[in-house]
Amino acid sequence: MDFNDTPKEAAFRAEARAFLEANCAPKVAERDRMNRSLRGANYLKAAKAYQKKKTEAGFAGITWAKEHGGRGLPPIFSVIFGQEEAKFDAPSAPFAIGLGMCLPTVIAFASEAIKQRYVAKALSGEEIWCQLFSEPGAGSDVAASKTKAVKDGDDWVINGQKVWTTGAHFSDFGILLVRTNPDVEKHKGLTMFIVDMKAPGVDVRPIHQASGGSDFNEVYFTDVRIKDDHRLGEPGQGWGVALVTLMNERLAVGGSPGPDYREIMNFARSAASPTGDGTLMQNEAFRQKLADWIVRAEGYKLAKFRTMTALSKGQAPGPESSIGKVINANQMMDISNAAIEALDHYGIIDDPALAPLEGAFHMSYMFAPGLRIAGGTDEILKNILAERVLGLPQDQRADKGIAFKDLPTGR
Amino acid sequence: MNFDFSDDQKSLKDQARKFLSEKASSKVTRRVLDDAGVSYDEGLWRAVAEMGWLGAAIPEAHGGLGLGRLELCVLAEELGRALAPIPFSSTVYFFAEALMLAGSEAQKAAWLPKLAAGEIIGCFALSEGPGAPSASNIQAKFDGAALTGAKIPVTDGDCASHAVVLAKEGAGLSLVLVELNQPGVTRTSLKTLDPTRGHAKLEFKNAKAERLGAAGQGWEFAEAVLDRAAVLLAFEQVGGSQACLEMATDYAKSRYAFSRPIGSFQAIKHKLADMYVAIEVARSNAYYGAWALSTDSGELPFAAAAARAAACDAYALCSKENIQTHGGMGFTWEVDCHLYFRRAKLLALQAGSPAVWKEKLVKRLEQRNAA
Repeated sequence: MDFNDTPKEAAFRAEARAFLEANCAPKVAERDRMNRSLRGANYLKAAKAYQKKKTEAGFAGITWAKEHGGRGLPPIFSVIFGQEEAKFDAPSAPFAIGLGMCLPTVIAFASEAIKQRYVAKALSGEEIWCQLFSEPGAGSDVAASKTKAVKDGDDWVINGQKVWTTGAHFSDFGILLVRTNPDVEKHKGLTMFIVDMKAPGVDVRPIHQASGGSDFNEVYFTDVRIKDDHRLGEPGQGWGVALVTLMNERLAVGGSPGPDYREIMNFARSAASPTGDGTLMQNEAFRQKLADWIVRAEGYKLAKFRTMTALSKGQAPGPESSIGKVINANQMMDISNAAIEALDHYGIIDDPALAPLEGAFHMSYMFAPGLRIAGGTDEILKNILAERVLGLPQDQRADKGIAFKDLPTGR
Repeated sequence: MNFDFSDDQKSLKDQARKFLSEKASSKVTRRVLDDAGVSYDEGLWRAVAEMGWLGAAIPEAHGGLGLGRLELCVLAEELGRALAPIPFSSTVYFFAEALMLAGSEAQKAAWLPKLAAGEIIGCFALSEGPGAPSASNIQAKFDGAALTGAKIPVTDGDCASHAVVLAKEGAGLSLVLVELNQPGVTRTSLKTLDPTRGHAKLEFKNAKAERLGAAGQGWEFAEAVLDRAAVLLAFEQVGGSQACLEMATDYAKSRYAFSRPIGSFQAIKHKLADMYVAIEVARSNAYYGAWALSTDSGELPFAAAAARAAACDAYALCSKENIQTHGGMGFTWEVDCHLYFRRAKLLALQAGSPAVWKEKLVKRLEQRNAA
């Protein structure tokens, strides 16, 4: 047992570090990162320039096949680059969904001509991609998508609405899950397409979140035309295609933003105890809770080390790192809540000029409820753990053997 | 990155599981449970000694197998899973570790070979009453040759032949080694939450004893022994937790209610998923403890506290929810759920309660940050 790289991994890590040192600014505080809107044009420009350098240096598509512009390395090298990149202020966020989820789907299902057209430009950062799955009536039950596509000559005509689309406002293309046949069962009438986000009839509107910010969008489609050669997989096979995308989501969705146990420890050293004299750090109840956060955060970090170990040996990783989603959002909420409540009445103030850490705990507190929902709700993720890892039977379904158009919708 | 057990260690684990599934079924555990006059299963104890497990981490020069602490960790996980009703942890994680940590060469040479051969049973006597033992509340007294005082409870104190005892010596504390089969020692068996393991009150009246390690170093030695034991116990706890999850999962697949397997209900799925998450958190922290223990790393105090805090919480959750998943059947004497529920509580208290270890964890992190 050790935590060392193999010689090959160590050489790659050194190479990655040298690249990052030459091309990235040092890491900024988490609160600055959270404050920086992805909507800023300058940020996007910098992100595209960075992605281009990454591609030229061979750090984009590390696990992708060489024929698709990748480096053809095993997954451990991608993990190593990610570890090193996380130590810098690298503007890689706008590409996470496109390169992590959409393009692997395009590579798996598109024709040669379509791959030639899109893959290289996505990898180099010239074009940004988004993923259009969720709808107002299809969240956890994403296969209930209603946005429809109707064949018209060589085109498909799209009408409907998608929601919670990260990055739609700066994306050039997206992968779009739509209903092409409402007369068959829910999972059998879906089809996946590549859609041009700048096409006539595509309308992107920011969502005003409960947290106050706008990181996601609604996307409306009105008579949007897509060529049949932009279809991914056969008509009616869209669910199978979507599962490929969602499998990649587990790899693409990272840790939680916001203050962690180290930051609340720093805060607690100077904050007053909410009960009695002394500091928060001297408060027994606080120390017991802090221990729980340490154990869970370290446990998750170490579980990822176990996953890395399997990858490093060329084995399939176990399911252990899938615990992160269930742990992180709740922990983020608990930690920020504890900091806020320690301030007593003053804790209601979230003005960055007056609140500790310029309001980072407050921001985290208001963002955490969204994190429990994004990328699969905690409940759906627990279902997945129970069914795929523990092998428990699926829930009884009310949608088997019924045409999609005849399913009850409740409204 | 090589944060996993080796293939050899994994195959030792497989062997141990096979061996224990034959020799340590719950029937064996229940023989001890149902007979107040029996404090451990002698047949299983002899079999485990013959396998060499008692001396797994004892150097070959002292009659052991000379394997490492990592090998002991995989055995601990399987013993915990099997609810083995033997004084293994008291003898190996506490008594032997105390000897190897604090004992003189002569003491090691005298006792370790006998321990490895299963000829002696050890125990570790710290607690003297309600509340956590501390450097200031220990009352037992050692005068350089004899021990006087009382220890309650002592896990496996009713079957052990020898004890390591923490006692006052002059102004400080020392660890002392006492042979228990002598006139100066009185044992009284105790009724406890986990009757699958023996417990006793030990009273010493001028009992002949010898010091382990330097005088006045007792508290530091005891803390170091507890750190080592905490990691090994964490593996027992992870093994027990995993057994609970598997038992509950199997039951949820086969038990029908409302004409469907109860495992198809989300209320049950989420319960079992929570158990899985708690186990993976505990397992990962236990591995880190194993790494720190096996490399004698300065990280051990922090890693041991994290491993223990995570393992206590995981086993408490898993043993409780295993009963709940089994419904009414889970609350019967005949179904094994309560055996894990009982053992979980023993293991959570045996080396100090979770609250004590959570406080240690935070304090040790503060010390690490300050260093």
